Order: sequence, then C-alpha cells, then structure tokens
Amino acid sequence: MRAYIPAYDLRVPGSLSEALALIGREPGVWQPFAGGTDLMVLLEAGKLPHKKFLSLTKLADFRGIECTADAVLLGALTTYTEIQAHPILQAEFPLLCTAARETGSIATQNRGTLGGNVVNASPAADSPPALLVYDADVELVSERGLRWLPYHGFHTGYKKMQIAPNELLRAIRLPRRAQQWKQYYRKVGTRKAQAISKVCFAGAARMENGTVRDIRVALGSVAPIVLRAVKTEAAIRGNRITPDNIAAAKGVLAREIAPIDDIRSTARYRLRVAQNLLQEFLMLLSR
Amino acid sequence: MSETVAKINIACIVNGARQRVQAYPMARLLDILREEMHLTGTKEGCGEGECGACAVLLNGAIVNSCLVPAIEADGSEIRTIEGVASGDQLSAVQSAFLECGGAQCGICTPGMVIAAMALLARHPHPGDAEIREGLAGNLCRCTGYQKIFASVVRACKTSGEKLAGTR
Ligand SMILES: Cc1cc2nc3c(=O)[nH]c(=O)nc-3n(C[C@H](O)[C@H](O)[C@H](O)COP(=O)(O)OP(=O)(O)OC[C@H]3O[C@@H](n4cnc5c(N)ncnc54)[C@H](O)[C@@H]3O)c2cc1C
Ligand code: FES
Ligand code: FES
Repeated sequence: MRAYIPAYDLRVPGSLSEALALIGREPGVWQPFAGGTDLMVLLEAGKLPHKKFLSLTKLADFRGIECTADAVLLGALTTYTEIQAHPILQAEFPLLCTAARETGSIATQNRGTLGGNVVNASPAADSPPALLVYDADVELVSERGLRWLPYHGFHTGYKKMQIAPNELLRAIRLPRRAQQWKQYYRKVGTRKAQAISKVCFAGAARMENGTVRDIRVALGSVAPIVLRAVKTEAAIRGNRITPDNIAAAKGVLAREIAPIDDIRSTARYRLRVAQNLLQEFLMLLSR
Repeated sequence: MSETVAKINIACIVNGARQRVQAYPMARLLDILREEMHLTGTKEGCGEGECGACAVLLNGAIVNSCLVPAIEADGSEIRTIEGVASGDQLSAVQSAFLECGGAQCGICTPGMVIAAMALLARHPHPGDAEIREGLAGNLCRCTGYQKIFASVVRACKTSGEKLAGTR
C-alpha cells in the first residue's frame, strides 16, 4: 500500500553547516535524501517507516568531480550520467563508467547518485564492485569534522556500515593508479537493460611478464555485502595464469562467497556464474 | 492517524508557463502535474521507476516523475508531453509515431516520446544500440517495440529536431 504522503517531511538545507546541525541535534531522526531513486520506490511501496528526510541537493560540497595528480574525488551527489560523461573516469576508471551505464535507465542515471548507491548498501548494487577494485576511500562529514575510511570494510554486514547517524557521506576518492592494470567488469542479469544483478563481477590486475603482480576481485549479489574476494586474490597473486591456477582460484572463490536463493536467482546459479566470470577475467589477463 | 506536515509553495515553469501550487514536500511530481496542474498527459504505470510512462524533462534531463519529490520541482523548468507540439503543429517525433504506428493503447506513448526527444538531443543521429539504450527505460505492453523503434528511426530522418539543453 502507498504511504500517507502528508506524514512525510523533507527539508532542504541550503548549507552543509545547517544540514550537519540538524542531524547533529537529532541524530537518526533525519535520513539523508539524495536522488531518491531508492527511497521513492520504498515510499511508493509503503515500506518507508522513516518520516523525516533531509535533502542533500543544495549542498554544493557534495557535487562535482575533482581531479588531482594522484586521485579523483567524486562528490557523493555525482550522478551516473555525470560519471559516464567524465573523460578521466572514462580513460582510467572504465569499470565505474560501465557500472554507471548498466545501472537502470537514462532517467534513473540522471537522478541516482554514487553516494546513494553506497549508503543504500544493497548487496546487489553495481558500482561498489568497481569502487572496491579501485581501492576507493570514502569521506564522512559531521559537526566534529571529516574522516576518511577505506571503502573496503565500510560495509560490515547486511545494510550495516561504518557511518554514524550524525554523519553524511560527502565524497568518494579513487587513487589514480589503475591505468596500467587490466580491467574487467560484467553484470549478469535477467535481461540486458534495467535488470537487477544476479551476479556482478569487477576485476583488475597488474601483470608483469605473464605473472600477476597485483590483483583485485570484487563481486555483487553473492554475499550479504558487496564482497572483495581477498582470499581469491591471494590465491592468484604472484602466479601465472595456467589452467591449474584458474581451477584452484575458482575453488577458493567457491569457499569465499556465500550466495543465496532469492527471487532473482539461485545459490547454485550464482556460484557457477561467479566462477565463470572469474575464469573469463583470468583468461583476459593471460592474453 | 500520523502527524502531518505543512504544505509548501512550489513555483516552477511548466511547458513555458509559470505555475504555482501548494503541495506536501514528499508528494510525487507526477501527482502534482496530473492533479494540481491538470496535465494528465503524463501517465502512471508502475510508480517505481521501471516503466517510464511518467517521464518528463526536468531542467532538460529526462526523469521519472514518480520518483521526484515535489519540493525538487520548486524553481525548476519542466517539459511534459503537453509541451511537445507547438499548437497544432506536431513535433517530428510525434509525427513519426503517428506515421509508423508507434502507438496503440497510448499509455506508454507520452513517456516514449519524451525519451525519444531526450535521445535525439543527446545523439541527433543515433545508431541502433543508442536507440535501444535510449528507450530501455520505457515499457510498452502493446506494440512489441518494433514500431516504436521504427518511429524513432524515422524521427531522426525527418527532424534535425534539437532541444537546446536537453539530456
Ligand atoms: C528503475 C530503477 C533501476 C535501478 N537499477 C539499478 C541498477 O541497475 N544497479 C544499482 O546498483 N542500482 C539500481 N537502482 C537503485 C538506485 O538507483 C541506486 O542505488 C542509486 O545509486 C541510489 O542513489 P540515490 O541518490 O537515488 O539514493 P536515495 O534514494 O536518495 O538514497 C538511498 C540511500 O542512501 C542514503 N544516502 C544517500 N546519499 C547519502 C549521503 N550522501 N550520505 C549518507 N546517506 C546517503 C539515503 O539515506 C538512503 O538510505 C535502480 C533504481 C530504480 C528505481
Ligand atoms: S510510473 Fe514512473 S516509471 Fe513507471
Ligand atoms: S501502446 Fe500500449 S503500452 Fe505502449
């Protein structure tokens, strides 16, 4: 059933200090509202118990993509459309651009934000695997000031994360060192457009004379959180890509992920597809 | 009954005309357009961002109005299907839909036309893949899509139609 709209408040603070004061005074009472592409769906379904929302749309500090010599800083309000249009992201962070292009429709991409995707904390979200592969950091802001956290470890359990009720996610930072890495991203869903992932895989590796010097592997929809597969990475790092090594890595991956049966797919299917995607990625490295 | 909040004033420009309405802050732009402004061309299909029947241009960008809270319409410029033709003169996209049979029951059509316009503004000469991507957010229960696709291909040929600032 639809929600009773008059019961919902949505404030639009004009400045960061105003926003932080509000959530500082009443932590947990005011829930952030960015593009609304997750929240409005819950509202329509009558599944939004929270009644008070704080729109971030006027916070200039949360917008824009800034590039320095060693990092790209994306404001939390950066939309999927903005990600795809950015030349440095296209050149150096293609996995994030692909994730953005495969997220919803153009209308969703015009409204949905990267920060919203991170804090909504769906295990099936499509950008977080790319963020994990790129060693992203997240910047949290409260009245007390700023703190940076590695994105790996930010999600601690299903919809649980290291953000306090008086904090907002302000930005996501990507170190600019992926250029020499071979990169791979594939989202598997029911159909080509507008599907929620059954499995989503992002990988990157730095090769040296046929040996994997360093590697990142991350997957969506195979665990309660989007998972960086560190054990699988360790099984591959330092090795050459051989059929035996691929088989071994697939075995490690099977023990590292914990896919479930749900409305979109089955645990068995997800396990098999995750392993096949790992293989496809590793084959790409050997080329 | 839950507590209720006060309505807010919303001023925006819709299809070139100034509009002022009062609405609850979380009301959907879709409902404001249809029920307050009586612009019922914009349709509701799913109410959850999946079908595109409610698509409008908000500050030039295509959005699903069922997912936009009223408060964000304040100060904005909106274009709905009612603002696509100039008087009796249909736009190139609309004419192409007529000529190619791109509409049957018509429920998806306003959103399809808006999506096609947004597409042509981004890619005046779209390839097949771009057309499919541009329409991927719009569902149709009647046509089987082929005629909609053909309508957009035709519109590209007839139009040169450009909407400044449309994404
Ligand atoms: C039709 C449709 C298709 C979709 N397809 C995909 C898809 O393919 N892949 C995918 O990953 N997602 C998809 N989504 C989900 C959604 O679009 C994304 O998760 C989007 O990135 C959410 O961003 P938002 O700004 O709209 O979030 P909102 O709905 O505004 O917020 C989402 C959550 O994040 C919190 N939040 C937002 N910003 C901040 C911040 N800066 N600081 C603290 N908390 C914050 C909010 O409180 C809320 O809990 C789809 C949604 C729809 C409607
Ligand atoms: S009614 Fe808005 S997308 Fe379906
Ligand atoms: S014409 Fe009926 S839904 Fe498209």
